[in-house]
Amino acid sequence: MIILIIVASVVRAIVVNPNFQWGVVGQYLFDPRITNGVVKTIELTVIAMVVGILLGVLLAVMRLSPNPLVSGFSWLYIWFFRGTPLLVQLLFWGFAGALFSKVNLGVPFGGPVLISASTNALITPFVAAILGLGLNEGAYMAEVVRAGMISVDEGQGEAAQSLGMSRLQTLRLIVIPQAMRVIIPPTGNETISMLKNTSLVIVLGSVFELLFATQQIYAANYKTIPLLIVASIWYLAMTSVLYVGQYFIERRYGRGFSRAQQATMRSRWLSFGNAGSGVG
Amino acid sequence: MTEAMVKAEAVHKRFGRLEVLKGINLEVQSGEVMCLLGPSGSGKSTFLRCINHLEKINSGRLSVDGELVGYREAGDKLHELRESEVARKRAEIGMVFQHFNLFPHMTALENVTLAPTRVSGLSRKDARRRASDQLAKVGLSDKLDSYPVALSGGQQQRVAIARALAMRPKLMLFDEPTSALDPELVGDVLDVMRQLASDGMTMIVVTHEMGFAREVADTVVFMDQGVVVESGEPTQVISAPREQRTKEFLSKVL
Repeated sequence: MIILIIVASVVRAIVVNPNFQWGVVGQYLFDPRITNGVVKTIELTVIAMVVGILLGVLLAVMRLSPNPLVSGFSWLYIWFFRGTPLLVQLLFWGFAGALFSKVNLGVPFGGPVLISASTNALITPFVAAILGLGLNEGAYMAEVVRAGMISVDEGQGEAAQSLGMSRLQTLRLIVIPQAMRVIIPPTGNETISMLKNTSLVIVLGSVFELLFATQQIYAANYKTIPLLIVASIWYLAMTSVLYVGQYFIERRYGRGFSRAQQATMRSRWLSFGNAGSGVG
Repeated sequence: MTEAMVKAEAVHKRFGRLEVLKGINLEVQSGEVMCLLGPSGSGKSTFLRCINHLEKINSGRLSVDGELVGYREAGDKLHELRESEVARKRAEIGMVFQHFNLFPHMTALENVTLAPTRVSGLSRKDARRRASDQLAKVGLSDKLDSYPVALSGGQQQRVAIARALAMRPKLMLFDEPTSALDPELVGDVLDVMRQLASDGMTMIVVTHEMGFAREVADTVVFMDQGVVVESGEPTQVISAPREQRTKEFLSKVL
């Protein structure tokens, strides 16, 4: 009851306070510059997460390799990318052109160059953003994936091997599908973090994601607070959608782990149909 | 006399400083059922795991069906086999584990069809037919679409046996197959194994089931502290042991 009263009075104070300029919020909520920013933010999030997840799986598998050179490389990568701030990494990628003016593809250590390109043409601000976000995410996802893989009972791998399955088959068909149960919740977490971390890309300039678009507008009209509210509303809306997605993915990989879900193929399909109609 | 199915000569295995197998010598003939008895820590499970190369031996010779396990012999040198070659040999040896190790994210049928399709390259249809035949043999025709979590321990272990048999192995290894089961479920699993033995399967069984060993085994081997203490026919080893250590062990379990 007390909590309710406190919440109600805080909400009232915010709604009534003219400084929030709710009218301006409504005016800009669907401004094309804002909605384009939303699209760009989603684009950055999706691409960077895909890069991060693929890299994470690769690094996790490498980290668990019996070869010390392979697992050592993975350790070093994770150590470096987790140990430096994301903002600094983004700035480095932004200034890549100043560090290396040309990117050459060819035989290393003075051999012939096959392809050469100017770094600035290759690493546009958008590419720099993807590299910064994706490579950093890879380090975090590697630990998430590794945690999932070591959560799977060793006997599972032994059973698969005793049936004549290769290490790769065992990984793909037995270990990873079971690890998914453990991997998905923190990956949802990572995706939500990523969605918000895309706003750091603002330091690269000229990547018109949601926060940069917002800043461009309030830099011109000085309606800072209402526009930041607009951005917040969109970030909240997008993370809410992610919650729903995570729920369904978790259910998919929970198969065979809870007695409530067990049952025969038929009742599985029936319950799947029900869930489908519920969403539709 | 044909070559033995399994032949071990002075097999040694160490985990770090701990020597678990201190020179095992034994032979299992084709079609023979051998039961390995012994207190925990005697090395019997480790020896079983060496046979399909889940553990590497440190010295000695271990061969299955006339071929060395995990190595190729060229002159007097041993070359370690590549992973794919090890995998191919493992596919010919079935293994049943104490804790079943069924794949929990797959139905009983999917557990049994997985290796025949992925390893042996059987078509989905053929694998399905073979799998449902095997599951019928272990008395689980009505559980094809059940997930392991919905099965009792005894049923899970029978699915695990069907899964191993679906690869048509020439040798079956059982690592304490009934030790994790409730007493009333042990019988069903032993019945399946008894049937398998009478069909002529070569089997090596690590077990504490003295009744089963006495009734089904052709040879009983008693191991303790990494060595074979005594082996012979079950009537002799179990009913009239010669060695003091065997007598002590049996007096505790019988």
